[in-house]
Amino acid sequence: MTRAARARTLTVMFSNSVDAAVAATDADRPEPVIRVHGLVKRYGEHEAVHGIDLVVQRGEIFAFLGPNGAGKTTTVEVLEGFRQASAGSVSVLGHDPWQAPGAWRARLGIVLQESGAEPGLTTRECVALYAGYYPAPRNIDETLALVGLSEQAGERAAKLSGGQRRRLDVALALIGDPELIFLDEPTTGFDPSARRAAWEVVDGLRRLGKTIFLTTHYMEEAERLADRIAVIAAGRIVAEGTPQTLGGRQLEATQISFMLDGAVDLQTLPPALAERLARDDSGLLRLSSTAVTADLHALSGWALERGVELGSLEVSRPTLEDVYLQLTSEE
Amino acid sequence: MFFLIKRLMRLWRARQLRAAPADAGIAAGAGAANVTADGPSAAARGPLAMVLHEAGYDLRISLRSPRARFMGVAFPIVLLVIFIGVFGNDHTLVDGTRVSLKVFYVPGILAMSIVVNAYASLVISISGLRETGVLKRRRATPVPASVLIAGQALATVVNTAITATILLVVSRLFYGVTFAAPALAATACTTLVGTLAFACIGYAVSGMIGSQEAAQPTVQMTMLPLWFISGVFIPITNLSPALRDLADVFPVQHLSNSLHLASVHATFGASISATDMLVLAAWALGAGAFCAWRFSWLPAGASR
Repeated sequence: MTRAARARTLTVMFSNSVDAAVAATDADRPEPVIRVHGLVKRYGEHEAVHGIDLVVQRGEIFAFLGPNGAGKTTTVEVLEGFRQASAGSVSVLGHDPWQAPGAWRARLGIVLQESGAEPGLTTRECVALYAGYYPAPRNIDETLALVGLSEQAGERAAKLSGGQRRRLDVALALIGDPELIFLDEPTTGFDPSARRAAWEVVDGLRRLGKTIFLTTHYMEEAERLADRIAVIAAGRIVAEGTPQTLGGRQLEATQISFMLDGAVDLQTLPPALAERLARDDSGLLRLSSTAVTADLHALSGWALERGVELGSLEVSRPTLEDVYLQLTSEE
Repeated sequence: MFFLIKRLMRLWRARQLRAAPADAGIAAGAGAANVTADGPSAAARGPLAMVLHEAGYDLRISLRSPRARFMGVAFPIVLLVIFIGVFGNDHTLVDGTRVSLKVFYVPGILAMSIVVNAYASLVISISGLRETGVLKRRRATPVPASVLIAGQALATVVNTAITATILLVVSRLFYGVTFAAPALAATACTTLVGTLAFACIGYAVSGMIGSQEAAQPTVQMTMLPLWFISGVFIPITNLSPALRDLADVFPVQHLSNSLHLASVHATFGASISATDMLVLAAWALGAGAFCAWRFSWLPAGASR
């Protein structure tokens, strides 16, 4: 749990127990980095975003998930100040992004979904070019080291591999020493090792205390990186929570699955287990459980008593992907 | 020539590295050994420093682009050599004075190289940068749009100045075409006004183009026909009045006409046409107004 998340939990506990102090706590609490209320974005007749609310606190890594065409990129572009909201209020670092002054942009780092290399420039020159845009940039060599591109400093940026190019994008977003960083699908098209390296870069940003607004298609990525997740589908927020609790994930039943030798008589199973047991086409037996410890104990006790082996035994929680697919298919 | 520029840039960089304080490594948090201190950023040093910063990198980008080098420098020189080789012994009338076509082709090809450097290269480069999201990424930083535009314009002026110098030196050394000093100053003025006007037009046209692929053909279609009717390849005295009237509407004719004056006159006033400069300025204003209305930094095919 990050420092900010812990602080938030403490604040919630505190305000629940001492009602009278709630007003004071609210006033003391720093303004969230991003606060969106009733955001609507229309393109002509088409309404891409139907009034969404979002709050992102300082120091948080916030993942924004949703299928293509759900309004994800539109929302991010409104937050980045590239598009004007049709209705609702948007505040990013205390400003309406559409009317924010230049100094506001200096507090922001943006990794766009797609952006080409600066043609003809070396990796270090690209970073130096962007450093010149900011009043108080980070050190260039140090930033290259942070994203692991020190060795490629003298290479033409256009010749870097896909993963290295993406890390250069991160370096360009970081060079202004921003408080808030937008990462729009930072690892799309990466191989697994490049993705893992990118995650380590994000871990580095977390240690620097940056607030990160991340969009991604990969549930594994959101689960690994995010403190909090919101899911958008068809222009509406359909769920919000931590990776552990999104969409009531923590309340869903756990699946216990195993194989048995055909000769074993299932009738001898304890009735409490037998009545919940289902067998699929491959012969795998599945048990839905809300009391995993007790069920496993009963099951393994039964197996040991009869000397049978529980083949391919697996205990699995619903994955974030299961929850996500369920959430986004309802629309 | 480019070798020379490259060499100079390398020397300059080496000097910069030496100038960096030796104890800069202390600033490194990550413990990296080869960290150099950066000094105050361009943005911290004010708007002029920012424009110079942007122009320096834009210039570097164009000097390293094989396309820009070929189109902007090699191509005009090759054409000059060919045209003078083929037609150099003929004569024509420029502003009432009978001159060798050698003298005619120097300002003609200079006009062409200005259009290529300020218009063609800019349209192709801006559409490319915009469609690949580079412009959007630059605009995601605090850099003002005016700095990006001024930097690009300044880099274009330097580019044109380099090409013009090479052209004039080649003409003098190999073809004995010389200009009086005031006429040379007038040529420099016309070149500057022409470059800025065509850069504005370049921005406007790149704003009308929807994709990177469309840039090249659009440039050729708008540029090539005008070269033939604007006194670049063919003296306008050889054209029908209708074609001459048509050419008068467009800016290339006014650029080339003013440049041609400098080849036959010796005073500054006679070597530059105020009318032509005003027409170029009007085109620049029109193009600027169009940009303010239509130009976008985001890719035209931007996803929603």
